[in-house]
Amino acid sequence: MTIDLFLQHLANGISLGSLYALIAIGYTMVYGILRLINFAHGDIFMMATYFAFFGVITFGLPWYISFPIVLLLTALLGMTVELVAYRPLRDAPKISILISAIGASFLLENLAIVLFGGVPKPFPTPEIFTDVIRVGSVSIQKLTFYIPAVAIICLTFLLYLVNKTKTGMAMRAVSKDHETARVMGVNVDRIILVTFGLGSFLAAVGGIMWGLKFPQIAPLMGVIPGLKCFIAAVIGGIGNIKGAVIGGFILGIGEILLIAFLPNLTGYRDAFAFILLIVILLYKPTGIMGEKLTEKV
Amino acid sequence: MKRTTLVFFMVLAVAAMVLTGCWEKTSSDVIKIGVFEPITGANAAGGQLEVEGIELANKLYPEVLGKKVELVIADNKSDKVEAATAAARLVEKEKVTAIIGSWGSSLSMAAGDIVKKRKVPTVGASCTNPLVTKDNDYYFRVCFIDPFQGTVMANYAFGKLNAKKAAIIQEVSNDYAVGLANFFADSFKELTGDPDCIVAVANYNTGDQDFSAQLTNIKAKNPDVIFAPGNFTESALVISQARKLGITCPFIGGDTWETQEFLDIGKEAVEGAVFSTFFATEKPITSESEKFLAEYRKAYQKEPAAVTALGYDAYILILDAIERAGSADREKIREELAKTENFPGAAGFITLDANGDAIKNAVIKQVKGGKFTYLDTIETK
Amino acid sequence: MRQRDRILTLIAFLLLIGFIYFAEGFLDIYIVRVLNVCAIYAILGMSMNLINGFTGLFSLGHAGFMAVGAYTTALLTMSPAVKEQIFYMTPLIKPLDAIMAPFPIALILGGILAAFVGYLIGAPALRLKGDYLAIATLGFAEIIRVIFTNTQSITNGALGLKGIPAVTNLWWSFGGMILTAVVLLSLINSSYGRAFKAIREDEIAAESMGIDLAKHKNLSFVTGAFFAGIGGGLLGNLLGTIDPKMFSFMFTFNILLIIVLGGMGSITGSIISAFIVTIAQEVLRFLDETMNLGFIVIKGKVGMRAVVFSALLMIVVLFYRHGLMGTTEFSWERFLNWKPPFYRFGKGTIKGCKNS
Repeated sequence: MTIDLFLQHLANGISLGSLYALIAIGYTMVYGILRLINFAHGDIFMMATYFAFFGVITFGLPWYISFPIVLLLTALLGMTVELVAYRPLRDAPKISILISAIGASFLLENLAIVLFGGVPKPFPTPEIFTDVIRVGSVSIQKLTFYIPAVAIICLTFLLYLVNKTKTGMAMRAVSKDHETARVMGVNVDRIILVTFGLGSFLAAVGGIMWGLKFPQIAPLMGVIPGLKCFIAAVIGGIGNIKGAVIGGFILGIGEILLIAFLPNLTGYRDAFAFILLIVILLYKPTGIMGEKLTEKV
Repeated sequence: MKRTTLVFFMVLAVAAMVLTGCWEKTSSDVIKIGVFEPITGANAAGGQLEVEGIELANKLYPEVLGKKVELVIADNKSDKVEAATAAARLVEKEKVTAIIGSWGSSLSMAAGDIVKKRKVPTVGASCTNPLVTKDNDYYFRVCFIDPFQGTVMANYAFGKLNAKKAAIIQEVSNDYAVGLANFFADSFKELTGDPDCIVAVANYNTGDQDFSAQLTNIKAKNPDVIFAPGNFTESALVISQARKLGITCPFIGGDTWETQEFLDIGKEAVEGAVFSTFFATEKPITSESEKFLAEYRKAYQKEPAAVTALGYDAYILILDAIERAGSADREKIREELAKTENFPGAAGFITLDANGDAIKNAVIKQVKGGKFTYLDTIETK
Repeated sequence: MRQRDRILTLIAFLLLIGFIYFAEGFLDIYIVRVLNVCAIYAILGMSMNLINGFTGLFSLGHAGFMAVGAYTTALLTMSPAVKEQIFYMTPLIKPLDAIMAPFPIALILGGILAAFVGYLIGAPALRLKGDYLAIATLGFAEIIRVIFTNTQSITNGALGLKGIPAVTNLWWSFGGMILTAVVLLSLINSSYGRAFKAIREDEIAAESMGIDLAKHKNLSFVTGAFFAGIGGGLLGNLLGTIDPKMFSFMFTFNILLIIVLGGMGSITGSIISAFIVTIAQEVLRFLDETMNLGFIVIKGKVGMRAVVFSALLMIVVLFYRHGLMGTTEFSWERFLNWKPPFYRFGKGTIKGCKNS
């Protein structure tokens, strides 16, 4: 493999990895608070891309007006999902909550099919995002620089929020122990709602970036990214925001390099992600950055 | 013990089926033709296009043998289990005389056993997998099959593009793409006489969105042409990502590309993409083509897709067979269908071979100025 | 078991046999097909319920086991001539292209192979808990599907298999269903079954009572996988054609809906709800259908049926968490003193089992 080729692969990997990282942040946040896989995360992400499509193409708004609206709408959608699908089951067995999560995910997908049709739609791509820069024989989309930047902005914002603000403190309290947090005067339901809103906000950011990079949206587009980003979050240590970013990059670059070095295995790409997940779960279930959890009797 | 629940619920089950109005009266002055298509699910887009053509044909030719033709549309939900049930429903509950469908070869195959067992003549519109009609006397189709299409594109690449080295990027979870890629590779090797002329074969899965790694590998091999059979959704992304990576060689593919979404998603990147298909609106072949085009434009205010023309053809071919048979007897219709020769359809003359596959010319189209334009016609040999 | 119950059971059994005889001979293939699918879904539902409902292992890998069973049974029952024709791109690997087995043996082999795959997956995955287990099993099922898509010389890849002899009829599907029910009920009412339920209720407590967690979890998982394989085999030989795409997560979701609706932890509940869900899928077809008024076509709300079913799953989980039967089983006692089935909310009461 020539050095140029390797660099191109690396650039592709970083570009993909930063997308995974961005979405994994939202995943990991919700998990950190609720200890629950939000199966609907990928579908909230999908809905965000449709909101953007309607904003820019149907209503003809410029992207810089439409995208912020999309972020807010998606946050609202996430909160609705929490209110409808998760809050009533707060004290139910975990298996019920998981089933409800799967139900919510399928409901969103099928609603999207009914409302928007199953045929993929083009995602609006403003020029400034899609230009290509060529360095020697390596081609890099400008977007490849924007996505990590956006990821870092989100990361910093979140770290500030979680570590320095009162809401963040409450979040950390809730993630440690719902009951105790409640006793200490934290409004647990409100904090969870805020977390969902934030998580969905991040999903929308990820969705927009995803749409700019892969300008095609469809009702089932959230499934695979959702699973992949969950895997990324687990690799980094689920519940850990910095870990999610690292996990996203590992998964993205790993996937690309797998194909780069073993082109015969391209068909097994999705299997690779799952194998990585299972290996991590078995040998280091807390991920790279995660903290150890002991189960209480 | 607990088994009686079963009995109880089976009684309920049967009762439910009766109550929901399954057994309608079949009046003898109506001939029912079943339309077996994916109206929902992953293949919905293609299924709906075919239904448009079938309904248009039904509007233009509403009668045969002095009887009214009624279309019974059954959604097979792009799902095999559902497809088999839907076919059984058409055959048994609706008592259709013949069936049209389905978009998607694997769905058609799910119906294959039922129509064979119940001896219902069935005409596929655009299912191109050779296995659909193989060993099934009751399954016919008005389109050509994958081996032919693969050969056509290999000929085009070799003859018109002077390509010596080709790369393939295929949707490995799609029977259509895998079949096409295989036949392309075989005949391209034969044409060039070079067993190593396929420099790279890359796979991706349905629903994938990132192809950069596969394309980077292909770019390093520097092929003259890239054959990329697959659904229009993924293919449009493949091509646009390839262009962003600086791959400049031409992309060629199959008939599935011919949709508006392929152009919308691919935008300027798909400019110049070449593919084989069944029918070109610029080249009406028969007088039926002109009639179809005029009526379609009037009814839908847009240009028809090739599969719409094929859906139309499947309907008029069945009607013609009923006419020739002189009765709505399924067996006689089947015999007449098998004898079809030079039948003037909207998408060209149809001659059915021993397998029940249409032998017809292929059309080559290219994306030019954001539109599909006619390039060439490839004759059958 | 009381004398009366025994007689009632016998009568019911004879009625069922009579009904199958009647259905095979006189009902049209549409209804017979729906009934076949009902019974096969019941098998799949019961086997998934054993893992999820009785042992409390939230596994989402069912489609994978079904795929293994379906492909094994199909490849063993197809004739060499058909195989040669189907595998026209990449020939089938050596011994498989000539081997043939009678349907029952092929079916059981399919089950055994699925159980074996279940064992391989269970060994590592069952060390995980809760949602991690769910995602890992889902991952394994995806891996199975990806492997089946890519190993053309064994599975014919995306082209799928066609021309599988359509052996499955009501005798097979209902016979399979009853056998599955009998085996699973006796398993559940044995000491193993009590251990499963103990694990479901509280793993740590169960362990401290001396229950070997790994052994029992594996047993439940492997048994579930076995019957999933049988169900898959029956399905493949009912449809006559299979491909890897069929066995996606969608399929597992349908089975999950069945067990949740029927009651997580009720074998008879799964049977009842398999029939209800499958028939409802057919009856609710009108939701999707395009209404044709003259030439103006009102496109039916395409996909509405799927929306209804996903909403149904959520409603059941949110408001009737115990489903139709909760964790109870059907019993004559209750049947004769009919009360609305979902009114029994008692958690962990195994009323129907006391008399067997």
